Amino acid sequence: MNAEQQYIELFTTYENTIRLSASDVLNAPRTQAFDDFKRLGFPSVRNEDYKYTDVPRAFAPNYGINLKRFQVPVNPYDVFRCDVPHLSALLYFIVNDSFYDRKQPKASLPEGVYAGGLNHFAESYPEIAGRYYSRAASAGKDGIIALNTMLAQDGFVLYVPENVIVERPIQLVHIFRSDVDTMANRRVLVIMEPRSQAKLLVCDHSIDNVRFLSTEVIEIFAGEGACFDYYDLEESTEATARFASLHAKQEATSNVLVNGITLNNGLTRNNYYIELNGPFAESTLCGMSILDKEQHVDTCTHITHAVPNCTSRELFKNVLNDRSTGVFSGRILVKEGAQKTSAFQTNRNLCATREARMYSKPQLEIYADDVKCSHGMTTGQLDENALFYLQSRGIPKEEALTMLSIAFAADVLDNVRLDGLKDRLHSLIEKRFRGELSQCRECRNILS
Amino acid sequence: MQDSNQIINEVTSGDYKYGFVTDIAMEVIHKGLNEDIIRLISVKKKEPAWLLEFRLKAYRYWLTLEMPDWAHLKIPLINYQDISYYAAPKTKNTPKSLDEIDPELLKTFDKLGIPLEERKHLTGMAVDAVMDSVSVKTTFKEVLSEKGIIFSSFSEAVQHHPDLVQEYMGSVVSYRDNFFAALNSAVFSDGSFVYIPKGVHCPMELSTYFRINAANTGQFERTLIVADDESYVSYLEGCTAPMRDENQLHAAIVEIVAKEQAEVKYSTVQNWYPGDKEGKGGIYNFVTKRGLCKGKNSKISWTQVETGSAITWKYPSCILAGDNSAGEFYSVAVTNNYQQADTGTKMTHLGRNTKSLIVSKGISAGFSQNSYRGLVKISPKATGARNHSQCDSLLLSATCGAHTFPYADVRNETAIIEHEATTSKISEEQLFYCNQRGISTEEAVGLIVNGYAKEVMNKLPMEFAVEAQKLLTISLEGSVG
Repeated sequence: MNAEQQYIELFTTYENTIRLSASDVLNAPRTQAFDDFKRLGFPSVRNEDYKYTDVPRAFAPNYGINLKRFQVPVNPYDVFRCDVPHLSALLYFIVNDSFYDRKQPKASLPEGVYAGGLNHFAESYPEIAGRYYSRAASAGKDGIIALNTMLAQDGFVLYVPENVIVERPIQLVHIFRSDVDTMANRRVLVIMEPRSQAKLLVCDHSIDNVRFLSTEVIEIFAGEGACFDYYDLEESTEATARFASLHAKQEATSNVLVNGITLNNGLTRNNYYIELNGPFAESTLCGMSILDKEQHVDTCTHITHAVPNCTSRELFKNVLNDRSTGVFSGRILVKEGAQKTSAFQTNRNLCATREARMYSKPQLEIYADDVKCSHGMTTGQLDENALFYLQSRGIPKEEALTMLSIAFAADVLDNVRLDGLKDRLHSLIEKRFRGELSQCRECRNILS
Repeated sequence: MQDSNQIINEVTSGDYKYGFVTDIAMEVIHKGLNEDIIRLISVKKKEPAWLLEFRLKAYRYWLTLEMPDWAHLKIPLINYQDISYYAAPKTKNTPKSLDEIDPELLKTFDKLGIPLEERKHLTGMAVDAVMDSVSVKTTFKEVLSEKGIIFSSFSEAVQHHPDLVQEYMGSVVSYRDNFFAALNSAVFSDGSFVYIPKGVHCPMELSTYFRINAANTGQFERTLIVADDESYVSYLEGCTAPMRDENQLHAAIVEIVAKEQAEVKYSTVQNWYPGDKEGKGGIYNFVTKRGLCKGKNSKISWTQVETGSAITWKYPSCILAGDNSAGEFYSVAVTNNYQQADTGTKMTHLGRNTKSLIVSKGISAGFSQNSYRGLVKISPKATGARNHSQCDSLLLSATCGAHTFPYADVRNETAIIEHEATTSKISEEQLFYCNQRGISTEEAVGLIVNGYAKEVMNKLPMEFAVEAQKLLTISLEGSVG
């Protein structure tokens, strides 16, 4: 039986169960997504974009899916202490793939702003949800998105109406909690109406030592003049596989920042699709991963400049140790007529051991002439001279190596526009390099 | 700005100069591709049995393949049965001296500026001229043979040095390498063979000039260069074709073997007919070029100026197997009108302390599409490997495209690789700066394009640099240079 078959059978058998627990908006694209999945299957390594990540293998084991929506016995608010000091974020939880709605932050959001469960949102505001849900992430092109769309039952929504500014950052914590191997199909939908502003921090955590697999589809709609920050911090376990696909559609003069940081993981595939559809839109896409053991991070970015006068900046850094694997494949597409485009892409990688592998493929595809586009890619080691300089000043080699590694990774953090988070990330990264942080300590024993 | 756009337009609409047809008696075999045709080619060339066997193996393998579609190219369906795989100027015997060569043929090469005649001693270049499928004349053979250098047509080499040919042919580009390599291995008709013995520094540039003349034919030549220990050779290749409305196929193989301390410099000025301004006609140029740095401290350097062909699909590559070996790739690719190019290089680092350098400059104009595609591969054993790649694209019209697809696979932690790419057009500031200093916009465009390509042009041997400059002129403007 191939990897797809068990999901096809699962859906055929449990379609009604899935439909019962989800709202009409989520159910609407399900049949089409199922057809797409049957047609596409999982992308194999023969697919150029998935050359270095064996997707069918990751999906082959028999994972449990909480189709019947049993409540997972956990109260994350009582035990979760991973709050970022001075950030005073509004905290929300997704446990496996269900929105945790039994208790929510008391602090009030500005009027009209919705932050909460996708299913609830889709039931309360079917019109808005229907207009955006599954509109950016096309199930017809990617088998994993198709699978997610056909199985998704809940998720998180952030809706900010016109001209509203959400001052306090919003934090969403994805928690994996289970006693058996579990799969979760997660959705995040962000709707930023014109001239609204918000910041969202998403953390991925795995609590138990069983195998976890998540598919995540994140859709971001930034209206005219909207300003949105999306920070994604993955702190899972070696037994966790994650396939995330972020789709952002930006209108004129909107500004979107996406920053994806992987500190601990097993197998991660992050797809980023950014479309600049209105003039003078700006996009910053950056990311970093610190890898060791057998960890694997595969980043694939597609930035599309469809109209003139847009700017995109891209920066991805990988630090590879042990037998880890890093993949970066970035594409900037400048469509015909998208004049005065500025697009810059940088990928820098640090390979510290012989067994570490780095595959990099930055690409430019340009169909307009009045553009400024560049990409740069380097793979190498820390500068021996810098190391010698530090050592000659009495800094032990180990310490000097750590200092230089931190410095190497630091400029991705310059793109963090939340001071509290920036400090927190600095210290997390430092701990990570010092080997003190095999897993976010605060999250352990989350269950009593 | 109106002005400069107009000038760029004029500049980019130069004509193809080498589009004439030589009226010469030709022997063309009938169209089609099957085992009988291959046997016929083999018989015509009086080939030994092992070579026929090689061809047939390649052909049978080719039958199992499908035309690759991964390149950023729109290739119309090619009917491989509608091509004649062998065409040759009719001669009674192999010409002993220039007098015996058809005067029409001489005129052709004169028109092309190829110094076939030995009186052009001063140009100091040995030439092997290949018209359609066969080598017409190789000059300076005697001078070279004094030093033990073998420079001859491929068919001659098969007759006179079968051991060398058998040893090296297919050792760098196997017939199983790709679709076009298999096709070429099955039907190749001629080409050049060079052998530089141990310790010999080849005293002159060796050159091959390829010319497609006959209609409805394809050209499939093979070049094999073997540089023994501590030898050096600089090899040049040029090509042109008549203007025809149909598309003609050119699928060649170039193999280079550089042994210990040897250095091979391979320069190409590719000027096949690019098709007319509506994109009609032109050569499909699908070429496999690869060099093997077999010995320690060996070096292979590719320099190419690509201005012709309707479609170019070409990746001159280096396998850096010897320790401390080095590979270089310098390229200027110009596409205009409806031309398409997908070109670049592959640097495979296998030995320790191997170095590679890639400099690629793309210039796109009209409605053309110009892509750089490259791979830098560092194997686990390639300790201390070093690579630097630089790919720049210059866009001269709003309707053309410039793309870069560099791949980097690093499997050794001591490797340092860098890649940079930029894409831009000639900026208004640059033009203004020149204008302000009394340089007309037309001259300024020329100046900037030439300056942009200079890094690569400088790597060409003198004789070729002049031709390449002229070519840039023809391809891009009336008065660049």
